[in-house]
Amino acid sequence: MNPNHDHYPEGESFRQSLTVRYRIASIWQGLFFTALLIAFLSLSALLYNVIDGAFGYVAYEYKNDPAEFTTKPLDDLNREELLALLKTNISSGAYNKLNNEKIMEKRSKSELYTLVLERIIQIDTIKTWSMTDSIFRGSEVKAEVAEKYPQAKLEFRSWLTPVFLTTPMSSKAEFAGVRTAILGSLWMVGIAILFALPIGTGAAIYLQEYATKNFLNRIIQTNINNLAGVPSIVYGMLGLAIFVRAFEPFTSGSMFGVMDSNGRTILSAGLTMGTLVLPLVIINAQEAIKAVPDSLRQAAFGVGATRWQTTWHHVLPNALPGILTGSILAVSRAIGETAPLIIVGASTFISIDPDGPFSKFTALPIQIYQWTTRAQSEFHAIAASAIIVLLVMLLTLNATAVLLRNRVQRKY
Amino acid sequence: MKQENITMEDQNFRPLDLKKKMRFGESVIQSLLFLAGFLSIFITLAIVYELGKEALLFFGNPDVTFAKFFATTVWSPGIGKFGIWPLVTSTLITSFIAIFVSLPLGLAAALFLSEYASPKARSTLKPILEILAGIPTVVYGYFALLFMTPLLQKIFGDGTVEVYNMASAGIVMGIMILPLISSMSEDALSAVPRALREGAYAMGATKYETSLQVVLPAGLSGIGAAIIIGISRAVGETMIVAVAAGSGPNFTFNPFKAAETMTGHIARISGGDLSYNSIDYTSLFAIALMLFLVTLVLNLISEAIINRFRQRYE
Repeated sequence: MNPNHDHYPEGESFRQSLTVRYRIASIWQGLFFTALLIAFLSLSALLYNVIDGAFGYVAYEYKNDPAEFTTKPLDDLNREELLALLKTNISSGAYNKLNNEKIMEKRSKSELYTLVLERIIQIDTIKTWSMTDSIFRGSEVKAEVAEKYPQAKLEFRSWLTPVFLTTPMSSKAEFAGVRTAILGSLWMVGIAILFALPIGTGAAIYLQEYATKNFLNRIIQTNINNLAGVPSIVYGMLGLAIFVRAFEPFTSGSMFGVMDSNGRTILSAGLTMGTLVLPLVIINAQEAIKAVPDSLRQAAFGVGATRWQTTWHHVLPNALPGILTGSILAVSRAIGETAPLIIVGASTFISIDPDGPFSKFTALPIQIYQWTTRAQSEFHAIAASAIIVLLVMLLTLNATAVLLRNRVQRKY
Repeated sequence: MKQENITMEDQNFRPLDLKKKMRFGESVIQSLLFLAGFLSIFITLAIVYELGKEALLFFGNPDVTFAKFFATTVWSPGIGKFGIWPLVTSTLITSFIAIFVSLPLGLAAALFLSEYASPKARSTLKPILEILAGIPTVVYGYFALLFMTPLLQKIFGDGTVEVYNMASAGIVMGIMILPLISSMSEDALSAVPRALREGAYAMGATKYETSLQVVLPAGLSGIGAAIIIGISRAVGETMIVAVAAGSGPNFTFNPFKAAETMTGHIARISGGDLSYNSIDYTSLFAIALMLFLVTLVLNLISEAIINRFRQRYE
C-alpha cells in the first residue's frame, strides 16, 4: 500500500467525510446568503423607519380657543369668513406682509384655513407617535392623551400632504413645507449640470478621442479617478474658499448690480456641486464614448472626415444616450449631497422662493438635516416626509437612467 | 520598378499628410477639449492650494505648536486648545466599526453573488445593493439617529448608550459602505480565471472549498483594494456622523459615547456664521487638508493594488 493514501479516506469513511464537507458547504452558503438578507433587511428597516415617521397620531392643543373668535366651528367656515377672521385678528403689518407674499383674496380656502390655525388659533403640538404605535397601540395612545393632556386633540395625520409640498418654510413643524427647499435644489442642480455636462463631456472626448498616451494625459486620467474619491466635504471647503470668498463679486452678483447678497448664493452652491460631480460625468461619458464601435470612426475617417467631424457627427450622437444616463446619475448624486451645501452656507431658514442664481437658498437635504437634528418629534415627522419626497425624486431619476441604459444596450 | 518610376516622374505628386497641418478650427476645438480635460488637474491644484494656504495660516499661528497639535487631547481652537486627537480617534473608531460591519457582510454577499447565484438571481439581488448605494447619506443619518440608536439603547440599555454615539453612526456607515465593498470584491472575484476553479473542481473540491480556499485567496488583493476604498469612504463620510455621532469633540474610546469626528466638526462649525481669517476658520482647512491627504493616499494605494492585480491575470 502507498503510505500517502493514509490521508485519503476510502469507502464508507470517504462517504461520511463527504457528507460532512457538503454540510459545511451548505452552512457557508447559507451564511453568504444571510449577508444579502441583512442588506435587504437594512434597506427595508430604513424605508420602514422613514414611512413610520411620516404618518401617525399627533396630539395638539389650541393656544387660543376658537370660540373666542367665531361662533361657528372652524371647519364650517367658508372662504370669506376665514378671510374676515384673518383681517380682524392679526396686525395690519403682518397682514400686509402676507398679502405681499401672495394676495389674500386669491388664496384658497385651505390656505386661509392653515393661516387661521397658524396665526390666530396657534396650534401647539404636544406629542407625536409613529405609525406603528398609532396602529397597534392606538387605544393606549388615546388613554395616555386623555389622562395627561385633557385639553389636547388627537388626530391621525399624514405629515406628507400636497400642502407640505407647496408651502414654504415655517418655524412651526405643523405649517412647514418643502417648497423653497425643492426649488432651491432644482436651481442648484440645474447650475451644477450646466457647468459639469459640457466640460465633462469635453474632457471625456479629449481623453478618448484625442489624447495620445503620454505622461500628461496619464496624469489627467489618474487625477480624474482620484477626484471621484475625494470626500464631498473637501469640495465644500474648496467651494467656500473659491466660489464663496475669492469669486464673491461674481457669485454674489455684485458684478451684475445685485447688491443685497454675499457669496453664499445658489450660484456658489451650484458651481461647487458641479465641481463635485464633474469627475463622475467625465468617467461616465468616457464609458459611453468607449462603447461606440471603432468601425464608425474608421468609416468616417475613410471618407475623409477630420477628427472633429468624426467625433461630432458620428461618435457623439451614438454616445449621447450613455452620456445622458451618466448625467442623470450625476444629478441624483448632486440632489442628495448635503455636506458641501452646509459648508458653502445654505440658509437653514428661508421662506422666500429663490428667484435667480444670486438668491440665498436652502435645499431638500439641508432641511432634512435641520429637522432631523431638532429635538422635538414633530420635526422628525416632517424630516421623514421630506426624505420621502427626496427618495421619490431620486427613484424617478434613476428609473429614467435605467430605462435609457436599457434602450442603449439593445442598440448594439 | 514601374511604380517607382511613376512617382519619380510625376513632380506634382505630393502625398497628403493630414497630421502635419491641422485646420485652424480643428486646432481650436482640440485646445478647448484639452482645457476641459486639464481643468481636473486645476481642481486638484486648487484644492491643495486653498486648503494648504489656510492650513499654513493655522499652523503659522504662534499658539499652534506641533507638540500641542499631536500631544494634547482637547480640541477647541477658539480658546487655544489645539489637540487634534479627539477628532482623530472618533474618526478612526466610527470608520473601524463601519469596516467591521461592512467587510464580512460585503465579502459574503460578493462570494454569494459571484460564486453561487445564478445569473437570474444575481440580476434580482444586485439592484437591492445598488439601491442601498444610491440613498443619500443624510437619510442614513436619520436612520442612524432614529432607528439604530434606539435599537442599541434597547439592547444595551439607555444608561450605556448615549443619544448621540459613535456606534450607531459607525454601524449605519457600515451599511452604507456595504454595496461598495461587495461590488468591488465581486469584481475582484470574477476576475479570478476560470481555470483555477475548474482545477479545484477537478481535484474533487466542493463549491465552498473552491470559493473559500481557491478563489478568495486569488482575489485577495482586489478585496484589499475594496477595504482601503471603504476606509477612505468612511473617513470622509460626513452626514451620518454629523447627525448621529454627536456634536462636540470628545476624547473617548467608548463607542457608546458621543464624540465628533473630523468631518462632523467641519460641518458643525462651518454651519454657523464663521468669520474669515479667524483661527476657527483656518483650523477647519487644516482638518480638511488632513482628510484630503489621507483619502488621497488611501485611494492611490487602492488603485495601485488594482492595477497590479489586473496585470497579473491578463
